[in-house]
Amino acid sequence: MAETLRTPLYARHLALKARMVPFAGWDMPVQYAGVIAEHAAVRSGVGLFDVSHMARLNFSGPGALELLEKVFTNSVATMKDGQVRYGLVCNEAGGILDDVLVYKWAYGYAMIANASNREKIVGWLNQHKTGLDVEVQDATMTTALIAVQGPKSVAAMAGLFDADASALKYYFATPTRYRDTACIVSRTGYTGEDGFEVAVDAAQAEPLWDDLIARGAVPCGLGARDTLRLEAAMPLYGHELNEATDPLQAGLGWAVKLDKGPFLGRDALVAAKELPNRPVRVGLELEGKRAAREGSPIVGRTGPVGTVTSGSYVPFLQKSIAMGYVDPAVASPGTTLSVDARGTAIPATVVPLPFYKRAK
Amino acid sequence: MDQSSLRYAPTHEWAHLDGDTVTVGITLFAAEQLGDITYLELPKLGKAFKAGEEFGVVESVKSTSPLYAPVAGEIIEVNKAAADSTDLIKDDPFGKFWFLKLKLAPGATLDHLLNKTQYDMQLASEGH
Repeated sequence: MAETLRTPLYARHLALKARMVPFAGWDMPVQYAGVIAEHAAVRSGVGLFDVSHMARLNFSGPGALELLEKVFTNSVATMKDGQVRYGLVCNEAGGILDDVLVYKWAYGYAMIANASNREKIVGWLNQHKTGLDVEVQDATMTTALIAVQGPKSVAAMAGLFDADASALKYYFATPTRYRDTACIVSRTGYTGEDGFEVAVDAAQAEPLWDDLIARGAVPCGLGARDTLRLEAAMPLYGHELNEATDPLQAGLGWAVKLDKGPFLGRDALVAAKELPNRPVRVGLELEGKRAAREGSPIVGRTGPVGTVTSGSYVPFLQKSIAMGYVDPAVASPGTTLSVDARGTAIPATVVPLPFYKRAK
Repeated sequence: MDQSSLRYAPTHEWAHLDGDTVTVGITLFAAEQLGDITYLELPKLGKAFKAGEEFGVVESVKSTSPLYAPVAGEIIEVNKAAADSTDLIKDDPFGKFWFLKLKLAPGATLDHLLNKTQYDMQLASEGH
């Protein structure tokens, strides 16, 4: 058993009396004051997340574009400098190896991948870069990644960086400086709110964390991160996404450019598109406060029609909601189904995704 | 409730005997571990349980946890205040927010349950 990894903010989490849990090989804070309070802070104010466990990979060399076009379902060639794009890394069968963000810089590319898939993705990239003049560097251990999320994130960030973070458009990023040290500020996130993700050298993690707390940002753990992303209907790898599921079923067809040229998994996805009756991802709203949990059967009039992949009572909407995969015949919004929660049938209705969308 | 007079199940329920009535709740440790409690399902009056049998569920935003009857008996009362104000349970899990009252089954005792010292030792051995 490998030793559990610690982020550069580990001491801060202990000082804040976070409850620490092992997650994807890292010792991570699941909550500080409590999931509901942290969730509310992000919806109405500004929350602060240590997401340093996520993989940060840098690509340099003339072959970087070709490698990324080969492994990424979305288009890379059409990206502008500073642009960030969401997409999938698929195997040849179209199964999802990971969902990632790709960054385009004037000088190269970067990728943020899930912590649980870091080694798999690094291995996959190394396997497929044969013959290409590209270097893939894993910066995960030498840097920190801090997410600043919520309607007051612009105010919390103001003046901390050489660049004006508020000038960044959604899904754009810029290299800049924090306390005279190079860093990256990106207008991205995983909460359904406006916000930023900041990559800094490990040595700058504590000062930046402290600066943001001094500006009113509320420390939030993985618990709130999960309920926030569930309300926003963002898929989570290992739950909605896995190697047995492809991006089209997952409702991520918008991040798959089948016409961009060849990429790994493309042919399988073109073929899969024609197959009828493939389970599709849906949102469910449950009656009452009882939660549906991962693995619970979704039941239709004549029997099981699918399985829950994520579910919880969520604090902002104050509802029990779930995502899962069901037979396409029962996937239309308004369809009445039920979720089998340990023997109890909870009535549920298919609802459009996302459950929560922020006011623009 | 005076915690030193209570008996404890290893699954973090407490029991208090008064005559043949047993009041049951969850410990402060359990309530704190659950975090924000969002749902509590309690059994119907008159339902009988064996010791160790599941009588309900408690849910937080993160998890669903079964609740186990610490002793055998029949449900004579459930605490609506606990089910209606799940967010407050952790403020007084040994008092106002007990979960249910059982009529102790004939011949049943609380002898198999832990005392406070033993329960504290269990928590310590689990690293809490």
